[in-house]
Amino acid sequence: MTAIVSIKGLRKAYASGMEALKGVDLDIEEGEILALLGPNGAGKTTLISTICGITMPTSGSITVGGHDTLKGYRGARQLIGLVPQEISLEPFETVWSSVSFSRGLFGKRRDDAKIEAILRQLSLWDKRDAKTMELSGGMKRRVLIAKALSHEPRVLFLDEPTAGVDVELRKDMWETVAQLKADGVTIILTTHYIEEAEAIADRVGVISGGRLLLVEEKAALMQRMGRKTLSIELTEPLEEIPDSLGLYDLEFGPDKTSLLYTYDRNAERTGIARLIGDLTEAGIVLSDIATSQSSLEEIFVGLVKEDGA
Amino acid sequence: MNAGAIWAIYRFEMARFFRTMTQSFISPVISTSLYFVIFGTAIGSRIEEVDGLSYGAFIVPGLIMLSVIQQAISNGSFGIYFPKFIGTIYELLSAPVNFLEIVAGYVGAAATKALFIGLVILGTAAFFVDLSIAHPVAMIAFLLLTCLSFSLLGFIIGIWAGNFEQLQIVPLLIVTPLVFLGGAFYSLSMLPPIWQTITLFNPVVYLISGFRWAFFDQADLPILLSLFAITGFTAGCLGFVWWIFRTGWRLRD
Repeated sequence: MTAIVSIKGLRKAYASGMEALKGVDLDIEEGEILALLGPNGAGKTTLISTICGITMPTSGSITVGGHDTLKGYRGARQLIGLVPQEISLEPFETVWSSVSFSRGLFGKRRDDAKIEAILRQLSLWDKRDAKTMELSGGMKRRVLIAKALSHEPRVLFLDEPTAGVDVELRKDMWETVAQLKADGVTIILTTHYIEEAEAIADRVGVISGGRLLLVEEKAALMQRMGRKTLSIELTEPLEEIPDSLGLYDLEFGPDKTSLLYTYDRNAERTGIARLIGDLTEAGIVLSDIATSQSSLEEIFVGLVKEDGA
Repeated sequence: MNAGAIWAIYRFEMARFFRTMTQSFISPVISTSLYFVIFGTAIGSRIEEVDGLSYGAFIVPGLIMLSVIQQAISNGSFGIYFPKFIGTIYELLSAPVNFLEIVAGYVGAAATKALFIGLVILGTAAFFVDLSIAHPVAMIAFLLLTCLSFSLLGFIIGIWAGNFEQLQIVPLLIVTPLVFLGGAFYSLSMLPPIWQTITLFNPVVYLISGFRWAFFDQADLPILLSLFAITGFTAGCLGFVWWIFRTGWRLRD
């Protein structure tokens, strides 16, 4: 795998003095889906805007497909499609002319068949002659995606693609992303829905306070950071946890008919065997046990908290 | 060069113009007709000839300039301000285009619209007064340069403006007075000597004088000076736009 986007020492301070990016280094590999997670104001949008040429970097360098985004901006931008966070469309233009305009703007030869294919893929074909202001919010977002795809980019940036979008459309969007990945398009999406990153990303980057805290394979991240929870179902509810089990830091599940034990799956000793022995000794009868892995959300919250501390 | 982008922007902008074709066409026709009814016939009939011309004919070049300048500025400024206002500017800023291509698309479209309005007014004027154009090529050249340079000025205003009020304020407070005081409705020789000197600081004077020369072969100022002034003004605006895109002023953070 080669890096299609390479960012080195990227800093961005706004005129107000606000430092939105405090030195970001990141290589994005060709064909991957990278999810950038971070709370509001973390610098996600600034990072994307700087790569795409909307914001000027204060220092550092970015290359896209080997083209420097400042010196070789034509080559770099040719490869990039951007779907912005805010829905902004010319209200009186039709879907067709709006998407065709985007293709022209990127210097691509007119290709009605290509535009048709994109509109069909995004279920916009029936709406091609509608003015964009007549469309629903979800449809408008699809038009933005169609515009970004109109010039056949190699790298697609989706800035919060599913913010304020209903569940059905979100699933559609994920399918579209999967389809694009299959076509070989590199996709970078920002989101603060962890489940989104969990569902579609290959790698996850976490941004907070203008810094990239980590970038890792999603699976590896979840495994490395993963805490597991053992839930122990009891035959009878307990009044309180016996003192003899104090060192396990147990918590009650719902209705006090279960106990929850959190452990690090990578630790040398998980303490599970000993716990079960001690439970039996305390005269507690188990009816069932189950384990579950912590979600990306918990990992993420933990990381951001750590960073703030 | 990304010629496709220029064409895409130009067509997109012209589409807006064609959508509002009726009002684009009717409003200059009506306002010009009113000017001729009032200044040409009602008041003009009581005014002696100016520089050997009937007053109605004398004001034609100034009237065309007045509308063309206003139209060029408003089209030029709105064309770039609107994407800024609704947020679609992101696409322009992230597209593989340089400043000349953006300017060619937007300013080209704004100038085309202004030129169209100028020709409509010329046609309307021909209904009211006998017109003969002494230097047709120079007339068209002046008209074109005026359309271009003031569309450029409008483009700068559109980038500078932070709200709709600011978009209106420069044309309203600066440009319209300059045009009215630029000899659109009178000859400089009609002014007291001190005002004749002060007037020379008004750039529009050179335009209207040159344009009138193209029509009637007579002018307040040497034609070359007029040509020099309009070319210099265009170059100045273009230089400023180049600086805007180089620094990202009011466009890129």
